[in-house]
Amino acid sequence: MKRHTTNRIIAGVAFLLLAGAVATSCRTADQTGGNKSAAEAVYVPPGSYDEYYSFMSGGFSGNLTVYGLPSGRLIKTVPVFSQFAENGWGYDEETKNMLNTSYGNIPWDDAHHPQLSQTNGVPDGRWVFINANNTPRIARIDLTTFETEEIVEIPLSAGNHASPFITENSEYLVSATRFSVPIPQKDVAISTFKENFRGTISFVRADKVGEMDVAFQIMVPGYDYDVSHAGKGPSHGWAFFSTYNVEQANTLKEVNSSQRDKDFIAAVNWKRAEECVADGNYQQWEASYLRNVKNHSGMARTEQLSGSRMIFPSDCEGVIYFLPTPKSPHGVDVDPTGEYIVGGGKLATVLPVHSFTKMLAAIENEAFEGVVDGIPVLEYEAVMAGEVENAGLGPLHTEFDDKGNAYTTAFLSSEVVKWDIETFTVVDRIPVYYSVGHLMVPGGDSRQPTGKYLVALNKITKDRYLPTGPELAHSAQLIDISGDKMEMLLDFPTMGEPHYAQAIAAEVIMDKQVRMYRLEDNEHPYAVTSESETRVERDGKNVHVYMSAIRSHFAPDNIEGIHVGDKVYFHVTNLEQDWDVPHGLAMMGAIASELLIMPGATKTLVWEPLAEGVYPFYCTDFCSALHQEMQGYVRVSAAGANTPLTYHTGE
Amino acid sequence: MTLRSTLSLFVLSATLLFSACGGSDSEPAAGQTSEAPTADAGLSAEELEHGIGPIAPFEPGPINAALAERGAELFRMKCSSCHKMDGRYVGPALGNITEERSPAYIMNMILNPQEMITTHPEAKKKFAEFMTPMPNQSLSEDDARAVLEFLRQQ
Repeated sequence: MKRHTTNRIIAGVAFLLLAGAVATSCRTADQTGGNKSAAEAVYVPPGSYDEYYSFMSGGFSGNLTVYGLPSGRLIKTVPVFSQFAENGWGYDEETKNMLNTSYGNIPWDDAHHPQLSQTNGVPDGRWVFINANNTPRIARIDLTTFETEEIVEIPLSAGNHASPFITENSEYLVSATRFSVPIPQKDVAISTFKENFRGTISFVRADKVGEMDVAFQIMVPGYDYDVSHAGKGPSHGWAFFSTYNVEQANTLKEVNSSQRDKDFIAAVNWKRAEECVADGNYQQWEASYLRNVKNHSGMARTEQLSGSRMIFPSDCEGVIYFLPTPKSPHGVDVDPTGEYIVGGGKLATVLPVHSFTKMLAAIENEAFEGVVDGIPVLEYEAVMAGEVENAGLGPLHTEFDDKGNAYTTAFLSSEVVKWDIETFTVVDRIPVYYSVGHLMVPGGDSRQPTGKYLVALNKITKDRYLPTGPELAHSAQLIDISGDKMEMLLDFPTMGEPHYAQAIAAEVIMDKQVRMYRLEDNEHPYAVTSESETRVERDGKNVHVYMSAIRSHFAPDNIEGIHVGDKVYFHVTNLEQDWDVPHGLAMMGAIASELLIMPGATKTLVWEPLAEGVYPFYCTDFCSALHQEMQGYVRVSAAGANTPLTYHTGE
Repeated sequence: MTLRSTLSLFVLSATLLFSACGGSDSEPAAGQTSEAPTADAGLSAEELEHGIGPIAPFEPGPINAALAERGAELFRMKCSSCHKMDGRYVGPALGNITEERSPAYIMNMILNPQEMITTHPEAKKKFAEFMTPMPNQSLSEDDARAVLEFLRQQ
């Protein structure tokens, strides 16, 4: 068995190498893409702004990156699920609680799908959400500050991949088990998968700041629930999930999960689920999970949440149906009208499109071909609206434009295929470099897609940039979709592994940006609002330094009377009240990152000196011509020494 | 930060120059250097005395004690990290500032420091002397008026 697998891998690698060699040696102008007019199309003159903010998931970086389009310039990294030493996220006392989970404080996760908040099915620019795939969580990022403000854990789940995919008025974010597991967890043989493993589909309340929680969960068979999208317009109230591994294999899934011709798209009627909850048709299950919340000026707090309203489909008729879909579908995308549900059957030869209207009729007529765990399986012919032929090899994801076209990525044939939604016929195709996963049109999964740009998020980079050793940046490609023929405009490298991305017109959020925090509004318990309040206080072994920073000095900047064995808290308030004047603090030997403190905010660095001496600290963010002078000293005496506690600046 | 600040200052200056080119002939924009450069950087006599910014020359009248009290609190929070009444600190001592500068000049320096330290000859001299740029602490005009009242009390 092992040998067989090895051969398969060798064959695959050989194929990739061959393809790579071909791609490298035969790069024609057409293959490399772009020309002079393409350069003009993406040229944003110095000092000018891009048209779109694009939010790219950071994949295994655990963060969210923000790019300007059409230039492809990286303009921000927003730390979310991973520690980020650049600004102290997850290291400083204010933010480290944001990484708390019921498993402990976790410094990393795998972030896949950004989702902008929506009103009436249109991105509204209030927040962007993103999922943690590994230890199931969903985060909310405020788009006035570009800071992560809330992270909620998903209990009774595993492999949070079909997430966060939002409903059209931001009522719910969804979550599901890509990895079915024993629910609740228990010690069983893995070979008892079919008997003991199950999945859950969760609905998380999204629309109240600081109150994200799991509204209800639905117990579903032990398949892999992969990707989701909510209904819109007439299909508002429904959410769709692709599944694979209906074979319920528990080993070598790459072979054993691909046996059947069809898997399912699960159609969940969440309004029906709300009724069942209101009528008490659910089981109250034990669950324990955390929610971390941080406001602008305070400390992140972790809250314990408990319990789950678990809906069983057999107790809540009509809450979920299975739509047979060929073959191991990955993406599930709903067109702007809400009528068509496109399944990206990654091993299928055609791209199946289901009709919401036909689905409702099939339910009404009970056109069922079977029932699984209380879930009716609808007849394929009864729900299918059409099949797109020649939609490329390995179709994955589909987005839409404002002219009635759909765009589908084909992973194996490395192309984006454009097809007409009404006729299900392919009208154009463009090669991409290489092996595209998701794609993104600004607004392309909403009720109001745009029609100018498309970004292909490619999984393989190979020869697109100057080589940088074994690891290469992933590659995104910007494509002009305004005309009949798609045109390649630009390659740009991306950080981590962007899976999905979303974009929004710059004017929706650029004027709402917070430029600084008012000192008057600083509610941090260790803030100072003036240099006159700076001081050092000892509380047993804990020493609290109430410090201020302004161009270009700290107060106090000379501190004596610290002893080995003390735990020193530097609470630094940036007294600046202007835009773009952060100060940093780095303390020699501190087992932490620096602090990066925005104007009017307070951050805290903990330092536990290990040996006697005099230790320097300094500002890390170049702040003025006298930035190099922005430094100070802490004198550390032996434990038990009688050095008095003193501090000053400028005396 | 400084590099970005410097760049934005440059862009700001460039913008001012550029917009001045398209402006009215009779009303030169602040910072315009389209005429032969002079020691006063093309500023009007009023700008030289009262500074560049949103505040026109005015007579402050008798000292308003309540306003000065509010100004004292604002000064403590937004200004005292750099200015003392007597003696050089990060910036100049302000105990006699109302005898040296007009009320409008003081308020314009508070409200429009970036343009002042790059354009106004007196403010440029102070910047050259103290090296740390006067930060914009985002006071409102009412706040700046209150700080002025506090300074008049000294």
